Amino acid sequence: MDSSEIKQLKILAAKSRMGAILGTYHAKSGHPGGSLSAADIFTYLYFKEMNVDSKNPDDPNRDRFVLSKGHCCPSLYATLALKGYFDWSELEVLRHVGAMLQGHPDMKKTPGIDMSTGSLGQGISAACGMALAAKLDNKDYRTYTLLGDGEVEEGQVWEAAMFASHNKLDNLVVIVDQNGLQIDGTVEEVAGIEPLDKKFEAFGFEVIKIDGHDFEQIADSLEKAKTVKGKPTAILAKTVKGKGVSFMENQVGWHGTAPNKEQYEQATAELQAEIDRLEGEC
Amino acid sequence: MAETVKKATRESFGEALCELAKEFPDRFFDCGIAEGNMIGVAAGMAAAGKIPVAASFAMFATGRAFEQIRNSVAYPGLNVKIAGSHAGISTGEDGATHQCIEDIGIMRAIPNMVVLNPADHWEMKEATKAAIAYKGPVYIRLGRLAIDSFNDPETYSFELGKGITLHEGTDVTVIATGLVVNEALKAVKELEAEGISARLINIHTIKPIDRDIIIKAAKETGRIITVEEHNVVGGLADAVSEVVTAECPVKITRIGVQDRFGYSGPAWELLDKFELTQPHIARVIREVVAENK
Repeated sequence: MDSSEIKQLKILAAKSRMGAILGTYHAKSGHPGGSLSAADIFTYLYFKEMNVDSKNPDDPNRDRFVLSKGHCCPSLYATLALKGYFDWSELEVLRHVGAMLQGHPDMKKTPGIDMSTGSLGQGISAACGMALAAKLDNKDYRTYTLLGDGEVEEGQVWEAAMFASHNKLDNLVVIVDQNGLQIDGTVEEVAGIEPLDKKFEAFGFEVIKIDGHDFEQIADSLEKAKTVKGKPTAILAKTVKGKGVSFMENQVGWHGTAPNKEQYEQATAELQAEIDRLEGEC
Repeated sequence: MAETVKKATRESFGEALCELAKEFPDRFFDCGIAEGNMIGVAAGMAAAGKIPVAASFAMFATGRAFEQIRNSVAYPGLNVKIAGSHAGISTGEDGATHQCIEDIGIMRAIPNMVVLNPADHWEMKEATKAAIAYKGPVYIRLGRLAIDSFNDPETYSFELGKGITLHEGTDVTVIATGLVVNEALKAVKELEAEGISARLINIHTIKPIDRDIIIKAAKETGRIITVEEHNVVGGLADAVSEVVTAECPVKITRIGVQDRFGYSGPAWELLDKFELTQPHIARVIREVVAENK
């Protein structure tokens, strides 16, 4: 990746964050904090990594993505809109009655959503099922799933982790968005999960630790995952909850609170300034 | 009539499955003791176009993994078949922790779910094929106890959502499901000699339930007795009541587990203690008919 490609990705990620702010503002509810921490990962997956076509969202040979931390869909929806799956204006009616974009991802309503999620711990199991189905069908599509670091407190995550390594699902990549915060406080204060790398290693995963806002590290880790044979890969991505909006960064209160009008305008202005700056450099 | 086959419905289900899957021996996956993940894996496979059949004890499939079934399977309407074995108190010696008497109620409460409770070997085999042919989530209840078949494989046909009248009658209608249907059948036949004309309907599909056959029975016989090896809360009794109270209110007498837990013991002794066998069903029918005269 050259520097101009990275700039383009940064612009798309800033737009994804704008979409998350727009959506949660109009919904008067939702989860901006974790949406912003995951925006760079969504952007890289959909614009660089995954073999997907927004005009053919049900292609049986496409790569799959399961947002196991389903509440962070506002930014995923924005990324899907940017990719062309549906119109950007859908974000303005996020969570409204009759809307295509539900409070948590709905595979039946929204093109580009590969699995309905929202109940934490369940998405990773579905991703295992997709990866296993690919093996059965001798297909080379890959399955990616994004978990929250609070989410790994769910026991089902570890049932799934055992299943993935037992079945040698080397076509599965589990990414953990380690923003360090969950609804009740810091993950380590609420129900500590560390050492997470050693846990995933003990469960039979190849483990890669990265900065989840560094596109080169995201790219390198996903490339490395493709070379791992006979076991799944876990990418532990250190991130900042609320990333890209100054007053939201590292604030647990922004886990599940929508911005008011003033906050919406300030957040949008900050993100627009970042886009303008990046575009000016291009 | 073919000779009687004595078999647990879980075996009949397994036979039917093996017949369907004989060309694909590499498609069995043991998910270990991890029911929640098993249901999620099945959901993911269905999302990728497979028809997974996920099997565990009824207690753990529908109890522990309830929410995975609800959110990962039924909500997206994925094509997963869930088989719950060791259902009911006839699980026997293992005791209350393993005797699931709530599975029908739990599964029936979920939108999009089809709920099947076949009554003998032949019905289970046909129901298994029908469940797999149906596109969408299905729960199928299996028993551990070997029971006599009563259907004739030469003439039997399974139609999803359709009750079967096993015995005609005009004084009262007995509506039964699952393992105790044969007990009810023996009871209504026994009562013929006493001049009691009891209709018997086998409800193998609890959801969607056959409304027409129930309404017709309520209108024609005026009294209904339900029989199930399940809690009378949430199961067949409630499913029948929902139809009857809305369409043609008649009095319903509920034979089943009377909202209490089971305990250890040989299966047939427990079925007798819980008053789910032929003599108990016959006694209740006699009482209801006497009350009506």
